[in-house]
Amino acid sequence: MKCSEFLQELTNYLDGALDARTKAELEDHLSWCHNCYVVCDTTKKTIEIYRDSELYELPDDLRSRLRSAIVAKCQQRKKTTETL
Amino acid sequence: MSTIQPKVDEPVSEEMQLVHAAQGGDVGSFEELVKRYDRNVFRIAQHITQNREDAEDVVQDAFLKAYGNLAQFQGQSKFYTWLVRIAVNEALMKLRRRRPERMVSLDEDVKTEEDSLPREIADWSPNPEQQYNQAELKEILTKTIQGLPPSFRTVFVLRDVEGLSTEETADALGLSIPAVKSRLLRARLQLRERLGRYFQKRESGDGPK
Repeated sequence: MKCSEFLQELTNYLDGALDARTKAELEDHLSWCHNCYVVCDTTKKTIEIYRDSELYELPDDLRSRLRSAIVAKCQQRKKTTETL
Repeated sequence: MSTIQPKVDEPVSEEMQLVHAAQGGDVGSFEELVKRYDRNVFRIAQHITQNREDAEDVVQDAFLKAYGNLAQFQGQSKFYTWLVRIAVNEALMKLRRRRPERMVSLDEDVKTEEDSLPREIADWSPNPEQQYNQAELKEILTKTIQGLPPSFRTVFVLRDVEGLSTEETADALGLSIPAVKSRLLRARLQLRERLGRYFQKRESGDGPK
């Protein structure tokens, strides 16, 4: 397997979406190709860092304000529909 | 090397009971659905719009649109996937309004100069995120993901941050599965390449150059 072929399968590999044979071929490639091992490992870290980053968390006060506004508008809409 | 595990799904049947009750006019049940997904919708919206006020508007508009169209939801997909589709559309509309000079579309298959093989192969420090304090790390991660084209950023956020499956992401974005996979690969590789500037092993203890 060439490095470019490895790279094409990288997403499927990281997502566990490969058949056993292809997975074994990729892991064989990883065992001797340091560059692909590094790319694979750091791509996995990239995903994990973003997954754990809590970049845009909704603050509690804003959250309850937004929810109240949504619920009030839903109730208003419900009343309008019922009176029609 | 172990693979990335998706986030665990919420039980669907209980959720469908809430959806049915909301379809029957029970606003309280709809509020439960809002509580369940408002954080997710906010994160997705802010990632796409890159603007806090727009993201707040998207949360309201997406849930109100979902409420107004609940009768159309027949349960062919998960409620969350359906809601994400509405939220992504609302967020893209905001982005287009804010940047009318730039065409913003999920269909465009952007070719970038970083699409070739990775250029930077240097390994990272063992715990790269610990090189920075929390505020610095957030700034690095925000700046890095904002540099991706919207179509890549959206796929990466839905798949890797929110934990939707490839099929759910394709469904939510109206893309084919190969298109999702192609964008996801390129988004992951571009983010990896760009984060490498901050996280790679250094001989001295200096910060990024």
